[in-house]
Amino acid sequence: MLKQTEGSHAVAEAVALCRPEVICAYPISPQTHIVEALGQMVKSGELTPCEFINVESEFAAMSVAIGSSAAGARTYTATASQGLLFMAEAVYNASGLGLPIVMTVANRAIGAPINIWNDHSDSLSQRDSGWMQLFAETNQEAVDLHIQAFRLAEELSMPIMVCMDGFILTHAFERIDIPEPAQVDVYLPAFEPRQMLDPAEPVSIGAMVGPEAFMEVRYLAHAKQMQALELIPQYAGEFKQVFGRDSGGLVRPYRIEDADTVIIAMGSVLGTIKDVVDEMRAEGHKIGVLGIISYRPFPLQAVRAALANCKRFLVLEKSLAVGMGGILATDVRMAVTGSGLKGFTAIAGLGGRPIPKASLHPLFCRAEQEDLPPVTFVDLDEAAVNKQLERERLNRRSGPIAENILHDKGVISAKFG
Amino acid sequence: MFQIRIHGRGGQGVVTATEMLSIAAFEEGRHAQAFPSFGSERTGAPVVAFCRIDDKEIRLREPIMQPDALIIQDPTLLHQIDVFAGLKPEGYVLINTSHSFEDIGLGEFAATHKASHLAALPATEIGLKHIGRPIPNVPLLGGFAALSGLIKLESVVLAINEKFSGKVAEGNVAAATEAYERVRAQMKGGAHA
Repeated sequence: MLKQTEGSHAVAEAVALCRPEVICAYPISPQTHIVEALGQMVKSGELTPCEFINVESEFAAMSVAIGSSAAGARTYTATASQGLLFMAEAVYNASGLGLPIVMTVANRAIGAPINIWNDHSDSLSQRDSGWMQLFAETNQEAVDLHIQAFRLAEELSMPIMVCMDGFILTHAFERIDIPEPAQVDVYLPAFEPRQMLDPAEPVSIGAMVGPEAFMEVRYLAHAKQMQALELIPQYAGEFKQVFGRDSGGLVRPYRIEDADTVIIAMGSVLGTIKDVVDEMRAEGHKIGVLGIISYRPFPLQAVRAALANCKRFLVLEKSLAVGMGGILATDVRMAVTGSGLKGFTAIAGLGGRPIPKASLHPLFCRAEQEDLPPVTFVDLDEAAVNKQLERERLNRRSGPIAENILHDKGVISAKFG
Repeated sequence: MFQIRIHGRGGQGVVTATEMLSIAAFEEGRHAQAFPSFGSERTGAPVVAFCRIDDKEIRLREPIMQPDALIIQDPTLLHQIDVFAGLKPEGYVLINTSHSFEDIGLGEFAATHKASHLAALPATEIGLKHIGRPIPNVPLLGGFAALSGLIKLESVVLAINEKFSGKVAEGNVAAATEAYERVRAQMKGGAHA
């Protein structure tokens, strides 16, 4: 049913349609509205049978999720930012044990400096944890990806993060088609666990594994993600058959057929990028877009195929590997190894800095001219950076950087509008 | 695409107003995207929220920097922040005040701006009268429907009934309706309060 609703609420409705049996979560912005809505649905009896477990921390949230998933219950949780970091040890345990937990990550920057706004640092920090990660471009896709995620996770018996941009998507009111329960029931079969703590057939889960078997267990996690490269497009195709719309898949090309320049990105910024690309197309530029939906597994072949006919690409990402450059860009470069393609990286939108069309248009023109350094920091205030560097040259005790920059910019605390 | 920016203070229902505006547009079969400026909510702090309305899917995710319309829920913000930043040359401006544009120091602005696109509305008083609380957001939506003609009053009423129920909904509908009529009368009179 079409609704004008908040992204978080729509995701809560989608999760409820998947009939989770256990939801455990600890609130953290910008994920809070999702679990609040689910908590209300459980309390009102709208979502039943389901147990909503209040936990004392994110570490507890993931630990309870591990326990309930091991007991054979379809399990859901959600987090963001420092919350994801706080549960990190359990995040690795969930994937290492092969438990098909679905978790929403309402992507948010990681402190310090403390910042509640959107970028992709949090889930990308768990890149190698063994969890799959799918990135939603719109709230509709966030809804749809959750339904696909339960199926994918349970088929492979591996956990999955559905990543959606904090605030930009979670707090946006938009037109969203909420699937009908009957459709979801057709698409998503009942959970049949591959392993389960069952008093009738006792097993232990979580054995200590030495050098004799550890590599095999690890390899199988990798092998499952390689299987996911086949299943993700298949499930997106079947989703379209049942629900009638394109959602999910590995990558999403847009106007790349004859493009000389391709812009690559993940998440909601793809919308703004597509608007810029349409404007540039109208001006005669041969430019297109490649959205990455599946960040883990990373679709090396699909990316390589999509870039086969272009001359250059620019990866625009909301993440920074400090001391290195791009995180997504590194994977894209791996995909095109040996192709001779010219590639550039642009870091944008860290800590929620807006990524406006007015900044993207000149950036894309420069990429087209191959007139960019290997790594560009979009809308970086170089004067502010230089002022701090100068301060550090002049004074040994130059003071805390964040406070200095805020002072230089004339704000006494983070700006709220 | 039509872009609206609402300025107010925490507690005045700024975010709710943009959400309701988007629901009203949705009820008319249009695409709409409402989003806040993503701050920590604090009562009394300046708050900005945005709404885009279009006949096709809205993909753009940047804040609204060049609004077609401004709704200012609290005139004391005029002394604190540049609420007019980026306003389009003939953009609509609706201000919550029981005074005239001249009285609140906007005489010069009003003199050079398209008069039929400006309105002042005592929305806090209307809110107090019908809802019993000094919340100006819903009356301003009614006023905005009259000023801009972008959405119908009936659509605002549908949005109110989606967000609220019972007596609160009734009070809000009465407030929006009175606000709508007041702005209509103002526009016919050719003066801004």
